[in-house]
Amino acid sequence: MSTTITAQPGTPFIEITREFAASPDKVLRAHTDPELVVRWLGPRGMEMELLEFDARSGGGYHYVHRDDRGEYRFRGVYHTVSADRIIQTFEFEGAPGEVCLESMTLIDLGGRTRIEGRSVFPSVEARDAAVASGMENGITQSYERLDEVLA
Amino acid sequence: MSLEEEGLDRAFTALGDPVRRALVARLSRGEATVNELAEPFEITKQAISRHIQVLEQAGLITRSRDGQRRPCHLVPAALEALTGWIDTYRLATERTYRRLDAVLETLEEEQ
Repeated sequence: MSTTITAQPGTPFIEITREFAASPDKVLRAHTDPELVVRWLGPRGMEMELLEFDARSGGGYHYVHRDDRGEYRFRGVYHTVSADRIIQTFEFEGAPGEVCLESMTLIDLGGRTRIEGRSVFPSVEARDAAVASGMENGITQSYERLDEVLA
Repeated sequence: MSLEEEGLDRAFTALGDPVRRALVARLSRGEATVNELAEPFEITKQAISRHIQVLEQAGLITRSRDGQRRPCHLVPAALEALTGWIDTYRLATERTYRRLDAVLETLEEEQ
């Protein structure tokens, strides 16, 4: 059930695999229905606001994650949204021009769904920086949890 | 680049090879000699020895002496440094997907 991540050194890719206890139809809805997306996407403890969200082939998105420390804006376009595939671009506005190409395939396991995602970064350096910032984020979240334990 | 980063570079480069990953996987189940490690592979013992040397230089394995045997061992601390590096990113993603699990559960209930 847990997330598998592959980030081969020296490549600009991140590959993610995860299984869900729901049909591909529901997993797709959770990715494309704006009311559902705000309930799960993004880092823990951050509020998500959708400025634009049109999850159809040719559509686009623009959203903000906010907490007391600031806000982080992301945008991109949906190249393909079909029953078993989402292909989209992804750009953090804090690093303009570093546009990722993300594809996700939904595999029907009969009542369960496996998603296989691949992000292609513009360079190995951009990929490594994204992993490193994920680490910072993870460390911040760990400290927040420690705060909760200590409170 | 810091010493620590150079170590990570060497270790990740060493693991960027399917044979060496298979050797590490085998050693995670316990020590083994070069002969024992070479057995499941269709490549020469010399080639396996070279792979082992790369893993040794990257600090991922060590070799000890036990009479005539010179078994290879994993260095657990070195592997922890590697998994620790990647795992924080994985855990951040996993937390997001756990929220998606919860959303998907509510979708079941709606039907």
